[in-house]
Amino acid sequence: MIRSHQSLPNGESVDELKDGSAGLGRDAGYGGWLARLDSPHPSRGVVDTAASESKDVAGPVVKSAAGAVAAASARRNGIHLAAKAVKKSYRKGHVSIPVLRGVDFEARPGEFTAIVGQSGSGKSTLLHLLGTLDAPDAGEIHLRGQRIDNIAARERDVIRNRRLGMIFQFYHLLPELSTLENVLAPVMIREGVFGYWRKRRENVARATRLLEMVGLGHRLAHRPRELSGGEMQRAAIARALIAEPEILLADEPTGNLDRQTGREILSLLRTLNDEHHLTIVMVTHDLAIASQADRTVRLVEGLVEQV
Amino acid sequence: MYKLLLSWRYLRSRWIALASIISVTLGVATMIIVNSVMEGFTQEMHDRLHGILSDVVVESVGLGGIAAPDEHERIIREELGADLEGVTAAVRVPAMLNCQVRGQWVTQQVMLIGIDERTYGSVSDFSKYLKHPANREQLSFLLRDGGFDSPLPSSGWEHRRLRVGTERAYREELLRAEETRRAAEVPPGVETPLAAEPSRIAESANEAPRADNAELAKDAQRAADGEAASDTNRGSAAVGAQAEGPLADVASGPAPQDPFRRRRSGGSDFAAAAGSSPTGTEGLGAEGMAAEGMAAEGLAAEGPANLFDELTEQHTGIVLGIAITSVRHRSQDGTVQDFFLARPGDDVQITFPNSGQPPKAVSDKFTIVDMYESKMSEYDSSFAFVPLSRLQDLRGMIDPRTGVGSVTSIQLRLRKGADLDAARDKLRRRFPIEQYQYRIETWRDLQGPLLAAVRMETTILNILLFLIIAVAGFGILATFFMIVVEKTRDIGILKSLGAPSGGVASIFLNYGLALGIVGSGVGMVLGLLFVAYINQIAAGLEWVTGQEVFDPTIYYFQQIPAIVKPFTVAWVAVGAVLIAVAASVLPSLRAARLHPVRALRYE
Repeated sequence: MIRSHQSLPNGESVDELKDGSAGLGRDAGYGGWLARLDSPHPSRGVVDTAASESKDVAGPVVKSAAGAVAAASARRNGIHLAAKAVKKSYRKGHVSIPVLRGVDFEARPGEFTAIVGQSGSGKSTLLHLLGTLDAPDAGEIHLRGQRIDNIAARERDVIRNRRLGMIFQFYHLLPELSTLENVLAPVMIREGVFGYWRKRRENVARATRLLEMVGLGHRLAHRPRELSGGEMQRAAIARALIAEPEILLADEPTGNLDRQTGREILSLLRTLNDEHHLTIVMVTHDLAIASQADRTVRLVEGLVEQV
Repeated sequence: MYKLLLSWRYLRSRWIALASIISVTLGVATMIIVNSVMEGFTQEMHDRLHGILSDVVVESVGLGGIAAPDEHERIIREELGADLEGVTAAVRVPAMLNCQVRGQWVTQQVMLIGIDERTYGSVSDFSKYLKHPANREQLSFLLRDGGFDSPLPSSGWEHRRLRVGTERAYREELLRAEETRRAAEVPPGVETPLAAEPSRIAESANEAPRADNAELAKDAQRAADGEAASDTNRGSAAVGAQAEGPLADVASGPAPQDPFRRRRSGGSDFAAAAGSSPTGTEGLGAEGMAAEGMAAEGLAAEGPANLFDELTEQHTGIVLGIAITSVRHRSQDGTVQDFFLARPGDDVQITFPNSGQPPKAVSDKFTIVDMYESKMSEYDSSFAFVPLSRLQDLRGMIDPRTGVGSVTSIQLRLRKGADLDAARDKLRRRFPIEQYQYRIETWRDLQGPLLAAVRMETTILNILLFLIIAVAGFGILATFFMIVVEKTRDIGILKSLGAPSGGVASIFLNYGLALGIVGSGVGMVLGLLFVAYINQIAAGLEWVTGQEVFDPTIYYFQQIPAIVKPFTVAWVAVGAVLIAVAASVLPSLRAARLHPVRALRYE
């Protein structure tokens, strides 16, 4: 299904992409994975979903020397994203309903973690807290050791925009924008009018490449309502990746898709994790899907139950 | 970047918002139209109100007037200095105007104004409203030959000659018929047959005004008596009358008493050389006036008679407002027409109070020499202008010892842009009301209530219309709230992608701004187009509804006046945009404050 992999343009744009990621001023270990996307040795194993299901994380990817270095540095750096004793409750009238009652959670660099739990167990809430979409009542959220739950809203916006990528159960594409524009949205948010206009060609090229990677190269000008569920989720993944984030947060990415499509989306995530060592935190209620993650965290009534 | 893109996309995909902006469009268009038309009306009215009025008027309260106008003029010049551009003295008296229309006397009430024709033009725009091109250059109280502008029909001497000629021919015809009848009845050999029944002759000549006859009789009497025989050139008229033998006898019949003694000395300036026209002498017989006959009978031989030949002479000139002697009506085919009861070349009789204590009524005949049309019906239907010296003379305002005539008002024109109120106040201080019974007012004071009414009307209309746009603003507010609710998820998405709250708010502010610009821009274009074609549109509406939108017989104007003031247009357009933006502030704030998680979960 990931046929677009073969059709990726090679060569000339790699350097400028590297420059672009360097310009973001991030650790080389996390940046530049998109550049490696275009590496001259694309994984053959990705095409076969079964193959990627194998727990062999290092697998074919370590063939790339750069990938090996990145993976090694990621492991050395320890905890990537962490929630420490996080509490969150929602008010309904006068009644306060606790959702998270002191959750500790850690995601290591390059790790694919699944958070599972019953409906109402607080897994989505945890993900929102990790993604700084919401603030915890108590406890802390750390991104690579830096506390991010109590910083200014503007800084959180920047973190969401540049360092975190998010995908949702209901895709959450903007209906007024075409697929390509949806993918470009984070870049548009980051840049002013003139800045965006200056780097437009480069950004469009990158977005196009990403869409081709997720298999939507033929859907650039379509509006979201003209796409199928799977295609919308691919577009959402492409959008999450355009900013070259360190971490991908996925909230029930397959929850609204049929089994086959869900498997395809999951294999795409798996590939991103396998080949590019993208740290992924995925929330799901489906244990079969969670089983493909490196590690599973179970939430029960607002508390972590280690598996 | 995303803000502009999304605003633009919302603008294109949300037609409901465009519907909400239609009220802004209409409001802007209406405001531009109303302001332009009101401005046009106001300007037009100002022009017309001011038109024949001077800037400042010093008016005596009593009809006796201001005794030494020259002295006053000097003081005023001293007071106002360089601001003063022109000064003229005038006499204003209420008067009654009579003119004869097809044998019937028609009476109008007029304000008789004696003006100095040399200086009056320097204090008001009066002369530019006159109907004769030469009079517009320099007003003259001598009747012009012809060439008056529309809507005046054939006027001037050409009309006068035609009219008098026709009248005389008609009377001659009547007389001849009478004579023939009499000749048939009475056996020949009886001398002066008509003398037997003078009254019947007089009746047969009832086309001629009786008062006129009486006056002329009196005149002739006086002339013959040698009391006022200053005119020598009237002799030929008398001779002409004498030549008509039979009529001489008629004149011996009783003539009505003339209550007022006619003063020929003043009027004689305006009489053309009577004897120069041969038709004059021939026609006199047809005129058949008892007076002339009487003069001829008794005293013709003794000297030149002071007779008035209507054909070649005129009375003192008078300039009438066009509406005094005309009736405006709508003809069958719908065009507006004026019917003239009298026109330049016709004579009118005017009765007014003299300056005696108590005043007594004085009458005199005047010849209409021109008419003015200031298009201000109040003026056009009441002001009649006569030469100042003649009016002073008739009213007995000339001091017999010094020969200085008093006036009732002194009219001033100030330099353009001078402060009228300041000048007025200065003069009021100089001529305090306790000491001098003068009313000193600017033309705005004189027309104060009307101007204030127009101003108030404009203000209230503007307030009302702006309220309409404000209501439109609430429409935008509601629509925007709806759109924000509808877009809640999108807002959550944008926030999850790292869009700051300010950015989200500015999407909707941009949206409001864009709608405002579109709405008020379209409104501006519509309004300006409407104003440009307002008369055509009015005609179109008339055609469609069959109802007259703009009736020129009611208003002062033939067409709807409209003046577009760029400042007003810009102000209205910017105001509308601001209202649209202001209306989108609350929804934008709401959008900015949306909680990302709740927004994302919003169904």
